[in-house]
Amino acid sequence: MAPLVSITALTVAFQGVTVLHGIDLEIARGAALGLVGESGSGRSVTWLAALGLLPESAQVTGAVRLEGRDILGADEAVLDAVRGGRVAMIFQDPASALNPVLTIRRQIGESLARHRGLSGASLESEARRLLDLVGIADAARRLAAYPHEFSGGQNQRIMIAMALAGEPDLLVADEPTTALDATIQSQILDLIGRVRREREMALVLISHDLGVVAETCDRVAVMYAGRIVEQAPADDLFDAPLHPYTEGLVGALPPIEGARRRLTAIPGTVPDPKAMPPGCAFAPRCPAVRTACRAAPPSLREVRGGRSLACIREEETRDPPTFVEAAE
Amino acid sequence: MTALIEAEGLARVYRSRGGLFAPERALRAVDGVSFAIARGETLGLVGESGSGKSTTGRMVLGLEPCDAGAVRFAGAPMPPPGTAGWRSARARMQMIFQDPLGALDRRLPIAAQIREPLDIHSRHDLPTREARVRALLGDLGLSAELGRRYPHELSGGQRQRAVLARALATEPDFLVCDEPVSALDVSIQAQVVNLLVDLQAKLALTMLFISHDLRVVRQVSHRIAVMYLGRIVEVGDADDLFAAPAHPYTRALVSAAPAPAPGRRRAPRIVLSSDPPDPSARPTGCAFHPRCASAIARCRAETPALATIAPGRRVACHVVAGAGTHAPLGNAA
Amino acid sequence: MLRYLAVRVGRALVTIALVVTFAFVVLRLSGDPALIIMGPEAPPEVIAAFRKAWGLDEPIWRQYIDYFGAILQGELGRSMRDGRPAIALVAERIPATLALTIPALLLKLGIGLPAGIYAALHRGSAIDRAVMVAAVAGFTVPSFVLGLVLVLVFAVQLGWLPSGGQESWRHAILPIITLGTGGAAVLARFTRSAMLEVLGQPYIRTASAKGIPWRAVVTGHALPNAAIPTVTIIGFMVGTLIAGAVVVESVFSWPGVGRLLVVAVANRDLAVVQCILLLVAATMVASNLTVDFLYGFLDPRLRGARAGSH
Repeated sequence: MAPLVSITALTVAFQGVTVLHGIDLEIARGAALGLVGESGSGRSVTWLAALGLLPESAQVTGAVRLEGRDILGADEAVLDAVRGGRVAMIFQDPASALNPVLTIRRQIGESLARHRGLSGASLESEARRLLDLVGIADAARRLAAYPHEFSGGQNQRIMIAMALAGEPDLLVADEPTTALDATIQSQILDLIGRVRREREMALVLISHDLGVVAETCDRVAVMYAGRIVEQAPADDLFDAPLHPYTEGLVGALPPIEGARRRLTAIPGTVPDPKAMPPGCAFAPRCPAVRTACRAAPPSLREVRGGRSLACIREEETRDPPTFVEAAE
Repeated sequence: MTALIEAEGLARVYRSRGGLFAPERALRAVDGVSFAIARGETLGLVGESGSGKSTTGRMVLGLEPCDAGAVRFAGAPMPPPGTAGWRSARARMQMIFQDPLGALDRRLPIAAQIREPLDIHSRHDLPTREARVRALLGDLGLSAELGRRYPHELSGGQRQRAVLARALATEPDFLVCDEPVSALDVSIQAQVVNLLVDLQAKLALTMLFISHDLRVVRQVSHRIAVMYLGRIVEVGDADDLFAAPAHPYTRALVSAAPAPAPGRRRAPRIVLSSDPPDPSARPTGCAFHPRCASAIARCRAETPALATIAPGRRVACHVVAGAGTHAPLGNAA
Repeated sequence: MLRYLAVRVGRALVTIALVVTFAFVVLRLSGDPALIIMGPEAPPEVIAAFRKAWGLDEPIWRQYIDYFGAILQGELGRSMRDGRPAIALVAERIPATLALTIPALLLKLGIGLPAGIYAALHRGSAIDRAVMVAAVAGFTVPSFVLGLVLVLVFAVQLGWLPSGGQESWRHAILPIITLGTGGAAVLARFTRSAMLEVLGQPYIRTASAKGIPWRAVVTGHALPNAAIPTVTIIGFMVGTLIAGAVVVESVFSWPGVGRLLVVAVANRDLAVVQCILLLVAATMVASNLTVDFLYGFLDPRLRGARAGSH
């Protein structure tokens, strides 16, 4: 079955500096993909580029196919219909992602009007239904309220309601819970999971929090310095990470139970896109680096078990790498 | 053994106008917090926004006035803030915050900023101070070269180490860390957390570690206190608390911390109903009762006090402390 | 709400009182009206008589109290030159001034706002840069210089337009242009920054991500937010409707309030000067008050207490 969204060789550069080096991703209908990485990995840029939301000065090449049709560089009219109507995106920090001077009714209603042609009474009742769906109490009265009258968690629910208004096939959630408290985070993830199941909607969850991604997604892709370095079913990825960076990330999380252990601390920092090392971007920090690694960046290749990996070590059996903390 | 830090009945109330018409509202950011930290121990203070944990940390150091209660340091009362006694006591207690860039002076090189506390407290002579700065840089994994640079030329993790180095310059006995790693990437967080654990051991530091991130707090702390809306609701040994949380709020918090452990999570995540209340309009009785699945009538009427339910574990909950059988309030989880 | 209003109005009145007091004191300290109006050759008895007639021989605090008392009764004094009530003198000049300042304000809004918005929407383009350069030129060149240059070019050299006076509508063209240019420049720059600030906000990206066409995002999402700071500046410009043309009226010999002020100050015609200043302060303060209330409409965050999360 053809994937819902397929991104091929997506490359993004800002003023001559490449930040995304050819991304290949596929989302099947109804699937949940987690996109994990740290700052500078390009997780958000990937989707902003796919939806044409980057500033005009950005240089974007590659292909982004929605049900087979390439939308990269399409007309604004085509993109406006896709955004919100087929692919919806929600962002971090809901308090600033909502317009402070417009009512909730107006902000949800815009999507309803544009993507589903609703107006008047039917718009009002649908907006109310959406607010109820996401768990905002007293929906009828709350439609007339403004974002500053709600808490962070409620604002994020409103964002989700807005995203669902267009009945999209894919929801891209960019760090939706990062700015929220832990207990609210649970509520929001729960809501996203529930909505996804009810609507058979696909999900891309972008997060730096491996735990969040592990629980919510079927597959996970790990990004580093503008490339995908590993992709695998969620369980497999965390039980047996193949790429040294993934191993480092998994090991960097303090355990919530069991014995305490020294955390895996990957030495060094993410390279500056303006000064990328030749060869594999992770090589300067990799404990298992070899000469061949510095020659050329490894390409993403499929390996056993429906996984892909961009590392020359591939299928070899080996001991887990030991990250040595160097003085900086 | 006298604890190094004793906080007794701390309270801090913010008064604000409620708007054009509403009467003045009192926000009890900290409402009767007491704890003791033994020498060499790290107490983790956990809570979400509005819990009062950061305010508590500032009150312990005297950076915010106490509207009630007192803090004792090494058995003696803390000198009032702003006095000379307080300033010299500050050499023995330091604080590090969440935003390392904001905590550093943009116009001074790192080494100069690390030396500043020594200059202020007139410790040693100049060559000794310089030597101490070099030693600190080394201890914290920063090269001498980095010492000559300015804050904006350093990465987030390096800046936080510089802030730590500065905090440790006067060899303080006590360190308050307020969300020191929250703004850092995961792999940098791990570096700084490892560093803190090493320093703990090497310098026998006493610490108050404040964070909303349970996993990080557990890694660093011996004991943990959980705060909710200005009060401590549970205190206990770190490992015990996470293995078997007693207070319903702690249970929700622990279950909310996602864990990609092999075998994933044992129990389904506890999702709390409704949203956290407005701190200036706190519920009656136990502040958590509107969101609690186990709440009974007594919870609405009476604020529970911290009670020992097991050696080393205290919980402020009527139900857990055995209030008997009463009609549940029926809040859905 | 009533209390809020009362406080603002109270503050406004205090401001006006302070302005008037300041003018009162400075004028009396800076020269002797009697000497100036009667002329230095006048005999001392005449001067003394003049001063007595106008109460200038009283101690200054006494004069102040008399004056304040008079104002509260609506009596704003008389011109020392011709004895007519000051307020009448001023009132008959107001239409002439408004004939310049109102069209100039429309010019400022009509050029400044679109230019600023356009520049922000096309940031970095040639037009943006041109607008910015023009704006800087517009507000750095002092209005009298601009006025004189325009007169030189259009009146003297080209002879298209008259150089001064108020005889026909053509006489108003150059003054209006001179008056409007500086303000248009300031407004263009200000509007541009306000728009840029708003366009960089996360909620603009959210609106685009919802599939709202760019034009609708600009008009429906960006402009309402950018209006908030812009209204402050426009309010200020409205506040200068009476007093803003002093220099221009002098350059173009336009018989408005500004011209009257210059002449009255030179003559130390106290009542007239004070009357004009009172009027100017009142206008400015009223305009600020209006802007404050407008904020409440434009920015829902200022409308009252948080409704709470229940």
